Amino acid sequence: MSKILVVAEHDGAKLNASTLKSVTCASKVPGAAIDVLVLAADASAVAPQAAAIAGVGKVLVVENPANKEPLAAVFAPQVAKLAAGYTHVFGPSTTFGKDLLPRVAALLGVSAVTDIMAVEGAHTFKRPIYAGNAILTVEVPADAPVVATVRVASFEAAAQGGSAAVEKADPGVALPTHTRFVSRSGATSGRPDLQAASRVVAGGRALGSAENFQIIYSLADKIGAAVGASRAAVDAGYVPNDLQVGQTGKIIAPELYFAIGISGAIQHMTGIKDARTIVAINKDAEAPIFESADIGLVGDLFAIVPELEKQLC
Amino acid sequence: MRRILVGVKRVVDYNVRIRVKPDNTGVITDGVKMSINPFDEIALEEALRIKEKGLADEVVAVGIGPGDTQQQLRTALAMGADRAILVQTDTALAPLSVAKVFQKIAETEQPFLVLLGKQAIDDDNGQTAQMLATLLDRPQAVSCSKIEVADGKATVTREVDAGLETLEIDLPAVLSVDLRLNEPRYVKLPDIMKAKKKPLDTKGLADFGVAEGSPFKTVKVEPPPTRSKGIVVKDVAELVGALKQKGLV
Repeated sequence: MSKILVVAEHDGAKLNASTLKSVTCASKVPGAAIDVLVLAADASAVAPQAAAIAGVGKVLVVENPANKEPLAAVFAPQVAKLAAGYTHVFGPSTTFGKDLLPRVAALLGVSAVTDIMAVEGAHTFKRPIYAGNAILTVEVPADAPVVATVRVASFEAAAQGGSAAVEKADPGVALPTHTRFVSRSGATSGRPDLQAASRVVAGGRALGSAENFQIIYSLADKIGAAVGASRAAVDAGYVPNDLQVGQTGKIIAPELYFAIGISGAIQHMTGIKDARTIVAINKDAEAPIFESADIGLVGDLFAIVPELEKQLC
Repeated sequence: MRRILVGVKRVVDYNVRIRVKPDNTGVITDGVKMSINPFDEIALEEALRIKEKGLADEVVAVGIGPGDTQQQLRTALAMGADRAILVQTDTALAPLSVAKVFQKIAETEQPFLVLLGKQAIDDDNGQTAQMLATLLDRPQAVSCSKIEVADGKATVTREVDAGLETLEIDLPAVLSVDLRLNEPRYVKLPDIMKAKKKPLDTKGLADFGVAEGSPFKTVKVEPPPTRSKGIVVKDVAELVGALKQKGLV
């Protein structure tokens, strides 16, 4: 019997989809009983969403003004305290989880398992190493708590329809004040979120300029897609950092991915390995992207993309 | 002495095409080019820039790994680190053990800043900075793309999924760095010569009371599943047709 505590990621108003995927990963552990932990200043919006996830036993809620922003140094001692009695503590392998879970693990005296992509047993997991160029099956000790991050692209979101009890919890630990939130700036484009979108249109260095990148935005808006970019396009300053797809950017798993003017470097391909269908448009027929694309079209993107937008109406 | 500690890990060079051993025990590293973990190189560059601004007096590079890790530490010294510490081990350590070694070194060296790569590009764990900050009971900032140090505090901008997040943290602190923080300098030949004379201390894990190996057991290492090659269409009309056939548009 495994008792799993899933740490919820949210923004105070909405539960992040990464939480649903972490619950699915937890449900793959044999004999799992799953609780969700919500740390917030005010959990009134998020706790009911967590309680509605199918398969969740109960939702533990810690409300504290100090929990307004998800600071790892503040969250970790609370999670570690409430982890008593659980065999596993899971969180998403997003920037939220990657920040927090290793800190929780250190407090519990264990190393964490990073980026679970498959559950082979209660203490055996598959995870990518070498930028996804090798897959490690790792067995962790059964006599210590398992702390892990879940590779969200590897799991479907858990279904709705649950009616878990919501319980207030008080970890009763001192919280540090040495780390203070200042600000967060993000793209408020009105477009779908890159990591959750079912369709993504991404552009690469071949776009040539920020102005030219408009044809990518335009096609994306036409089909309701999120916009992504290769590292080369980000480094060249065509688009902001948070659009970068790849090993050093975001790892995504959309139903449909357009790689436009992207050559397909290994580090980029690592980010889209789990995409259902990859469409590549590139003028270089030898570009490595065509090795992995489901549908390839060789030609001038500046002619193809506007034409594609027209024909997709 | 205002000191910065930097982690330097010896890894398979990022340009090398990774091949899994036929017996599935790991990846092939024999005869393969090894380099400083690229994120660690960025951490070192940042430490050197902070020192060059007059905000630090000494940069100490710390490597944990086999004897050959000396090569990467010499490169770090050539880039400008003042001295290096090699903690020699032939076994792969779990992240918590790595953090414990750094904890012991930090307790002796008393740095005001520890700069580490956000992850090593071999095992991709991304845990050491967070664990070290925890063991030292100090602040952490992960995936930093901007670091400003002043008056016993650091203002750091970090890359998060939603964009950028700015934190103010008290020093000492442990920071892990991301790609866009800076572009590391090239090493010049005279610096390589000078680096040979810089101190490099060699220690063992026993000096820090840390056990060899890892409680995590490698069951197997496999190549990733490959995507099968798809179709090539000749024009936009055919592309739209193929997408419609798959029910994607």
